Amino acid sequence: MTTQTILPVNAEALKALSESKQEPTWLTDSRLASLELAGQLELPKLEKQRIERWNIQSYGEYKESKKLASLDDLPEQVAKLVEGSREGGLVIQRNSGTVHVSLAPELAAKGVIFTDLETAVKEHADLVKPYLHQALKNDEHSMAALHAAVWNGGVFLYVPKNVEVDVPLQAVMLSDDAEATFAPHVLVVAEANSQITYVDNYVSDSLTAPVTHNGAVEVFVKNGAKVRYASVHQLTGEVTDVTFRRAMLENDASIEWIVGEMNDGDTASDTMSILKGNGSTSDAKIIAVGSGSQKINYTTQAKHFGKSSESQMITRAVMREEAQAIINGITKIEKGATKADGQQTERVLMLSPKARGDANPILLIDEDDVTAGHAASVGQVNREQVYYLMSRGISRTVAESLIIYGFLAPVVSEIPLEGLRDQLQGLVERKLGQ
Amino acid sequence: MSTKFVIEGLKATIEGKEILKGINLEMKGGEIHAIMGPNGTGKSTLASALMGHPKYEVTDGKVLLNDEDVLDMEVDERALAGLFLAMQYPSEIAGVTNSDFLRSSINARRGEGNEISLIKFIRQMEGKMKELEMNPEFAHRYLNEGFSGGEKKRNEILQMMMLDPKIVILDEIDSGLDIDALRIVANGVNAMKSEKRGFLIITHYQRLLNYITPDYVHVMMQGRIVKSGGPELAERLEAEGYDWIKEELGITDETVGQDA
Ligand SMILES: Nc1ncnc2c1ncn2[C@@H]1O[C@H](COP(=O)(O)OP(=O)(O)O)[C@@H](O)[C@H]1O
Ligand SMILES: [Mg+2]
Repeated sequence: MTTQTILPVNAEALKALSESKQEPTWLTDSRLASLELAGQLELPKLEKQRIERWNIQSYGEYKESKKLASLDDLPEQVAKLVEGSREGGLVIQRNSGTVHVSLAPELAAKGVIFTDLETAVKEHADLVKPYLHQALKNDEHSMAALHAAVWNGGVFLYVPKNVEVDVPLQAVMLSDDAEATFAPHVLVVAEANSQITYVDNYVSDSLTAPVTHNGAVEVFVKNGAKVRYASVHQLTGEVTDVTFRRAMLENDASIEWIVGEMNDGDTASDTMSILKGNGSTSDAKIIAVGSGSQKINYTTQAKHFGKSSESQMITRAVMREEAQAIINGITKIEKGATKADGQQTERVLMLSPKARGDANPILLIDEDDVTAGHAASVGQVNREQVYYLMSRGISRTVAESLIIYGFLAPVVSEIPLEGLRDQLQGLVERKLGQ
Repeated sequence: MSTKFVIEGLKATIEGKEILKGINLEMKGGEIHAIMGPNGTGKSTLASALMGHPKYEVTDGKVLLNDEDVLDMEVDERALAGLFLAMQYPSEIAGVTNSDFLRSSINARRGEGNEISLIKFIRQMEGKMKELEMNPEFAHRYLNEGFSGGEKKRNEILQMMMLDPKIVILDEIDSGLDIDALRIVANGVNAMKSEKRGFLIITHYQRLLNYITPDYVHVMMQGRIVKSGGPELAERLEAEGYDWIKEELGITDETVGQDA
């Protein structure tokens, strides 16, 4: 059965918008070609869930965002997020467009580029064009195609060869107007032997109608470069969040994904590292709390092509109330990727009899000379442990929350950024209703 | 008021099977009682039923701590009332550090707004750990996770020392301990002896009782206390084993469930 995607925009309007923004012709053409594909391709397949039943039609329309005169004009929630973390660089997108861009002069002097993607396609086309939509191709499925057609705002982060940046660069993607298309695209290019940490937050505020977030992240890590990519999604229940993250790794390149899935609405995310290069490494840590009647589908993937490439994927998810989560891990080792090592663990803790959690570890291995492993579990709070804690005078509520935080702690405590760790801790508390 | 702990006709079942068949025991602050008996006679069941383990169902009897009905209380309330059980098999809890756990336990007693200061807590904990010759690193380890048998036992004693209970039940605190560790743990217990505190020491060896002298010794078989006496009873058990008691009472199988 073909599910026809209802396109939120027609070709004329898309062309007119692109031209009115004075985008380069190659981009206008790419958007139009992608829109056509979106009309032809199937929706992405979710394991055991049907995305066509989700609200994936609420794109709204492009609305120009007013640049911020000052960071004080931000909604309080966003202002808090960026407090004390502005020194490296900060990009803020509000609905369909970017409202703030800043980068420390000393980083700019080293050749680091940190700006919104709409500006970058004009000012740094030579650096953007070879990468845009190359890790997540517009013909993968209709949502990828639609994203490539309508993306807006976004982030472009470029780190030149041998440049090591030790302060995190930060972005905030805010949706607070349900009528505006919200489709940021993040593109990171880390040249050979460079190092960077990037952190973003997806937030929403005072929405009065449903919003579909169709987002994409592409990270290119060149020989010997290291990228740490942290992303926290805390979108409110009105937002259906569909996000694809892809990293392409060259020889000895490494990526560390740290993802906090703290949305209140239906969420599908797919975080994939493509280990092309020999000796490349990927480490993905996902922590998640599902609540309400959320439908959730998290996938982490590692595709090994390079010899001696290594991947590690860990997901820990807590599901309460009636949240329904499908958690997939896919380790694929291609023929020729000798001495590759792929490990994955998915653990789900269920807090209510109505919650559902499914962990699906998958190993697909086409090479003999490799090591790979997986572990998965779905369980409830252990009664014996609750008894033990209570026998020391700790109340049931506190005992259970100690156990729940303890379940997430092995991942949270590994997060190398203190501010992010605290933020996640706070979000977990909020999601657990405490 | 001096502590008074009374167990009266306590019966308990697990999964429908009656294990405790009417336990009677009375303890006062300052007293040390030992419960001895071979494996499978219901000693741990008694300890668990007193603490309120959810798997055990109390079907009859009374347990009073200073005239308060313990069996009416939730597990945490029993602890707050002054009951402490050093478990034979303490749980391992990943992700919860020993010190966070201990601090939560102490604060549960102090109540909201009256939490112990971090500095004071750390000083107390480090002091007690030193007495127990525990590596300070254990404060930051996850609760009992990857602890050896002996380390878990010391950790139970550490909790006892920090929580200052009225009635202490030690379930096989000596099992898995070498002589040095046994001495350390016994010293910990002896240091806690007080007129306000009663001890119920469960063991199937007499070994521990060389270090902690009991005032009363009770022998448990088939889910009952079948014999009580003074410290000399433990010594006779050490010398002669349990067979003479079985003979005296006409018991062939001392474990629970075979006596019907
Ligand atoms: N969790 C349990 N499930 C089923 N039977 C149990 C359980 N715990 C104890 N029992 C039974 O209760 C009896 C007494 O056990 P226990 O109290 O552990 O003895 P002791 O501590 O004296 O060795 C044994 O026959 C044992 O099989
Ligand atoms: Mg026992």
